[in-house]
Amino acid sequence: MAASSHVSHDHGHDDAHGSLKSYVVGFGLSILLTLASFGTVMSGVVPHHLMMPGIVLFAVAQLLVQLVFFLHMGTSPGKRGNLTIMLFTMLILAIVVVGSLWVLHNMNANMMHPTFPQVPTE
Amino acid sequence: MSVTADGMHVPAAHGHDHGHDDGSKTLLGFWIYLMSDCLIFSALFATFAVLANATAGGPSGKELFELPYVLGETALLLVSSFTFGLAMLNMHAGRRQRVMAWLVATFALGAGFIGMEVHEFAHLIHEGAGPDRSAFLSAYFTLVGTHGLHVTAGLLWLLVMMDQVRRRGLNDDTRRRLSCLSLFWHFLDIVWICVFTFVYLRGAI
Repeated sequence: MAASSHVSHDHGHDDAHGSLKSYVVGFGLSILLTLASFGTVMSGVVPHHLMMPGIVLFAVAQLLVQLVFFLHMGTSPGKRGNLTIMLFTMLILAIVVVGSLWVLHNMNANMMHPTFPQVPTE
Repeated sequence: MSVTADGMHVPAAHGHDHGHDDGSKTLLGFWIYLMSDCLIFSALFATFAVLANATAGGPSGKELFELPYVLGETALLLVSSFTFGLAMLNMHAGRRQRVMAWLVATFALGAGFIGMEVHEFAHLIHEGAGPDRSAFLSAYFTLVGTHGLHVTAGLLWLLVMMDQVRRRGLNDDTRRRLSCLSLFWHFLDIVWICVFTFVYLRGAI
């Protein structure tokens, strides 16, 4: 009796808890995307200028795969709070990372390497 | 009239909350903690990105990083994320023995990951590429080391949960705690995706 109630409970909350299928699909996709990432850099087949866009693309894809299949992120009413918090975090994260790179790249370019001839003092 | 209605409703709602707390508030709170942890990592990633070329004449990532070794670490962590997922499925189905078995498997894989990382760090320091060599290596050890410390904390937490499941079984408390740990463990795997992409692979390009 207890077992049957557990089973029905499980089916009712399939979306929230995930199922074996969702974990297997997520795991399979993660393996493929990981191998694609390492293959892009290690195989030597991919042209050099495409390596960086390639690994960023595969990383973003794998982030989304794991968020959906392992962490069960979604737009169902019960999950919207989590999703909103995560999107806000992503915004802050983007500001911190992109802002740091942007500002410090400019500082490096404009201040760190004097390209003008040194004026001798005295 | 409305006053009495309010007076009636407030304590009623209060009692309702306590009666049906299924741990969803705890999970939401834990999710907020994870997102704040995410911000710590964003600061460390930003630091690493800015300092990635500041090798101070020392070795660069291209010379130091061994990608097949990193692929091995990645595999251990990814498989451990999957085995934790299987533990959670069995937890929802109420199968305690299988939960324990998958938790043990997750622990072994996570410990393997930490073992490989400690070995990698020791190797780098032995080669003279320790955190004191350059700003690039300081940022590298801080970022990857912080992730490693998180995984180590996760391993300790796993040990505690295995003991609690063994002694108390799968009750509301252990289920809620395992759900939090599951979020934590999957989150660390997600951070590792960023680590192997933006530290190791980008460094090797």
